[in-house]
Amino acid sequence: MYSASDFRKGLKVQIDGEPYIMTDFSFSKPGKGQALYRARLRNMITGNAFEKTFRSNDKLEKAALEERTMQYLYSQGDDYIFMDNVSFEQLEISKAQLGDSVNFLTDNMDVEVLQYNGRPIGVTLPNFVNLKVTQSDPWVKGDTSGSDSKPVTMETGYVVQVPPFIEEGDKLQIDTRTGVYVTRVKE
Amino acid sequence: MIPPLHGLRLRAVLSQALRTFFIDRGYLEVETPLRIPAPAPEAHIVSLTSEGWYLQTSPELCMKRLLAAGIPKIFQICKCFRHGERGDRHLPEFTMLEWYAAGSDYLDLMADCEALLRYLAAALGKAGKAGELEWQGRRIDLAPDWERITVAEAFRRYAPCALEEALAKDRFDELLVEYVEPHLGLITPTFLYDYPAELGALARLSPTDPTVAERFELYVAGLELANGFSELVDPVEQRARFLAEREVIRWQGREPGPMPEVFLAGLELMPPAAGIALGVDRLVMLFVGADNIDQVVAFTPEGL
Repeated sequence: MYSASDFRKGLKVQIDGEPYIMTDFSFSKPGKGQALYRARLRNMITGNAFEKTFRSNDKLEKAALEERTMQYLYSQGDDYIFMDNVSFEQLEISKAQLGDSVNFLTDNMDVEVLQYNGRPIGVTLPNFVNLKVTQSDPWVKGDTSGSDSKPVTMETGYVVQVPPFIEEGDKLQIDTRTGVYVTRVKE
Repeated sequence: MIPPLHGLRLRAVLSQALRTFFIDRGYLEVETPLRIPAPAPEAHIVSLTSEGWYLQTSPELCMKRLLAAGIPKIFQICKCFRHGERGDRHLPEFTMLEWYAAGSDYLDLMADCEALLRYLAAALGKAGKAGELEWQGRRIDLAPDWERITVAEAFRRYAPCALEEALAKDRFDELLVEYVEPHLGLITPTFLYDYPAELGALARLSPTDPTVAERFELYVAGLELANGFSELVDPVEQRARFLAEREVIRWQGREPGPMPEVFLAGLELMPPAAGIALGVDRLVMLFVGADNIDQVVAFTPEGL
């Protein structure tokens, strides 16, 4: 069971026997008042989503999913192809089912493919991935726009805010749970 | 991590300006212990423990003891700790500004808030032509008298049901967050005041209407910035309210901490006074234009 204080983006839970993923989450608490946990949940099979506000003592069941380590091979249109490293069996998962995960998938990366009743419905990524910067504008010295960071595009097409010193070709560690830049890594 | 340099620079300047504001007005800056043996029991604020004692959730009790000991005007900028509070506007360890003045009431505090924000806007060079403050695309005018609206009126105006019904159905917080707060502090900052007596915490009841407590919250652009009240100085009533909070805590399945007996004993000597707690991190957010509290601190708990 997850209690409300465990809630976060990406959490996989079970409601009425079906798996849901928390695609958005916000915490609020008016002065001296109760903590409120607002979550957006997407059904991992039907794609239907709804929003609900939970309180501190509310709990959600952990999603009953089978996990299987597979390698990401390539994408074809909106389908992403994964392969079992032992049996070489291949399967596809749609872009919609992968959600934000597509931002962090690079060829030959090992991920945990999630299955529900034998059907693939999504993946769990490593907490951190290293991605290469493919596009970055040079930092303008004396920039007065008031920002401490600049956007760069990663090899997956994902755009992330990074410190000004990052350049094209740099490899960056990204936290897949939050999507934020962690550090620059050496090759 | 990306250090939020702009937020940190502005925070440093703002801390200095806050101190100047209060020192110029005759307030004594004090430091009270972060680690205390008995916090005020509060149903929805959970303390972190430290070697059998508690990290303060607010410096309130110690500061009131200083008032009772005869220091009439004090302020403090310090760290406070609250279990499980983490979001775009919350950190489990955050910075609080509190100030207390003997002989004042909550209306005086509202005037202090107006003077303080106008002073800071000028000191930080953030005041536009007419003392406007811009946050997240909204222009909030600090110059005219700020909006004041009672909690009952705010529910009548914005919530789908009346205040009485919200309280009876235990939906007050939920409706406040969803329907009321987004409307507050949009033109000028807003004082939401006269809370129902049962939400009075450590505030005294209004002498003219005992169904409300002389408590207010300050909102700027929907962001809750401060909570102030005319202080309750009646030890008998304060004890009764603490006991009631402890009952709620037990009902939630938690074990309440020890009663703050030393504080209660000292309350007898405390002069009529008003006191307020203002979130410094959120104040920095407002002046730097940040929509996330992470942008105004050097480190977040996740980044450690």
